[in-house]
Amino acid sequence: MKRTPVYGLMAEFDSATALVAAAHRTREAGYKKMDAYSPFPVEGLAEAVGFHHDEVPLVVLTGGLIGCLAGYGMQYWISAISYPLNIGGKPYHSWPAFIVVTFEMTILFAGIAAVFGMLALNGLPMPNHPVFNVPRFALATKDRFFLIVFSSDPKYDAAATRQFLESLGPRSLSEVPG
Amino acid sequence: MDEQTKSVTSSKQAPVIEPGYTFATVTDKISAIVLQRPTSNGWFVGFGIGFLLTMMMLFAIGYLFVRGTGIWGVTIPIGWGFAIVNFVWWIGIGHAGTLISAILLLLRQSWRNSINRFAEAMTLFAVSCAGIFPLIHVGRPWLAYWLFPYPNTMGVWPQFRSPLVWDVFAVSTYFTISLLFWFIGLIPDLATLRDRSDNRWAKIIYGILAMGWRGSARHWHRYETAYLLLAGLATPLVLSVHTVVSFDFAVGIVPGWHTTIFPPYFVAGAIYSGFAMVLMLAIPIRKLYGLEDFITERHLENSAKVMLATGLIVAYGYVIEAFMGWYSGNRYDAFTLWNRLHGPYAFFYYMLLACNIVIPQVLWSKKLRTSPVWLFFISGVVLVGMWLERFIIVVVSLQRDFLNSSWGMYYPTRWDWMTYIGTIGMFLAAIFLFVRILPMISIFEMRTLLPEAEVKE
Repeated sequence: MKRTPVYGLMAEFDSATALVAAAHRTREAGYKKMDAYSPFPVEGLAEAVGFHHDEVPLVVLTGGLIGCLAGYGMQYWISAISYPLNIGGKPYHSWPAFIVVTFEMTILFAGIAAVFGMLALNGLPMPNHPVFNVPRFALATKDRFFLIVFSSDPKYDAAATRQFLESLGPRSLSEVPG
Repeated sequence: MDEQTKSVTSSKQAPVIEPGYTFATVTDKISAIVLQRPTSNGWFVGFGIGFLLTMMMLFAIGYLFVRGTGIWGVTIPIGWGFAIVNFVWWIGIGHAGTLISAILLLLRQSWRNSINRFAEAMTLFAVSCAGIFPLIHVGRPWLAYWLFPYPNTMGVWPQFRSPLVWDVFAVSTYFTISLLFWFIGLIPDLATLRDRSDNRWAKIIYGILAMGWRGSARHWHRYETAYLLLAGLATPLVLSVHTVVSFDFAVGIVPGWHTTIFPPYFVAGAIYSGFAMVLMLAIPIRKLYGLEDFITERHLENSAKVMLATGLIVAYGYVIEAFMGWYSGNRYDAFTLWNRLHGPYAFFYYMLLACNIVIPQVLWSKKLRTSPVWLFFISGVVLVGMWLERFIIVVVSLQRDFLNSSWGMYYPTRWDWMTYIGTIGMFLAAIFLFVRILPMISIFEMRTLLPEAEVKE
């Protein structure tokens, strides 16, 4: 008989409050590699599972700067270098007229960076994931809250971790096959 | 979130969501509309009407491609006509969606959570309808891509000093950002539908669209950051779009267009008509789908208040336009005012004043403001009024400008009307499809409104 590898242990909770408390206690117990799942964004949950560094703002800033420079640069190059047209005697490099398109390009690139940057950092799209192997996990998009300790955690031990998670009073506890 | 839940529980106004709901019942109620509820005959009738009108529009556009813009009523001096009137009208309607989803999010107006989804959908469909008009109005629509800067063998490029080029960028950016905003708002709800659907194909399709969303705390954190930043980006964007549309006019020298009041007055008018459309959609939808618990009297009343406020800004715009016509001492500006009041289209100007300024003042009454029937009626009036406003700006200004030898009249043809009414049909058909296949209320944002969503220490 082949042993299936274990991805982690998953505990199910009834409320956001219980999940945040459980995440804090798991962290205090010395576990490092864990995650939590909720049907809506829960205040303070990301910090509780040890997530502190959110790179999305930097990605958006970079996108915005690229859009801004690309937008202005494009207009300058087209209007002053590549295809200079005399329009009503205005200078080829008429910067006030270029602001609108520069602004729109800034927003466009920053917005695209926000969405695709967020998805990329989250590793999405990822159609399948070990947590989906737990049937009850379907409730994570409805009204249940889940905490998982990954088997890759140095402190992970099938029996001890199960005992610890039991002590948090979960509604159910399941082993996540890898 | 703390303020949100407090505003739900401790407010003296009608609640944002009726009490007694849980995460599960909110989820069931909204997702059941898509997953369980049988498609009613009324839906088929409504969608069918929209579909037939769309076909009529395609027929009118097809004939236009064969014969050219000569089939329309546009002639010199009135070269813009219905195409631009309808373009500005539809773009304006789109503005409410972004206002609700972005600006009200930044202002922490939690009541927006139950109407943002379909308001954003409305934005997308309205901007799609709007986008048709300039494309078919260019005369040679198969060359419309020349509007975009792309390297070509002719060695020509767009002329970036022209507001018409700015408009291309503003409208296409607006559509793209609105689509992205709507889509990322949908991702968690698509995951909910994926997990709750019994139909194999529905599961696969929602699954692909949800991209494997699993609600991880890390994902939510980045998601919220991205959503908030996108709202911050969409806020100046939405204000810029109608500003740029108004530049199409204001940068020109035609009397009646060449005024500095145009940008703010256009933006206010856009939000005015947009909220009118939101109400015209929300009132029947909440009734037909039994969503009165989620789209409550509070939403109707708040939307009515926004309409009242923006309507007054629009009224201020009219007053300033008239005042400047006199105060500028410019005889052409003065004549434009006279022509509006006494010219051949004067009837429409008085209709405009009645629809946009006089009739909506009944919204000062709380009783009417909270009555769905009245609101539906007044919203319709406002939409007609805002359409007339664009008609007055486009047609009446061009009709009689500097030289009376070049004066003329504009009479829309049946093709103009078929195209215009056709886009209304296309809009309706898209809305019908949307409410049938996607959750029309943001499920995950509704969950955050419940008192249980708050984390207690």
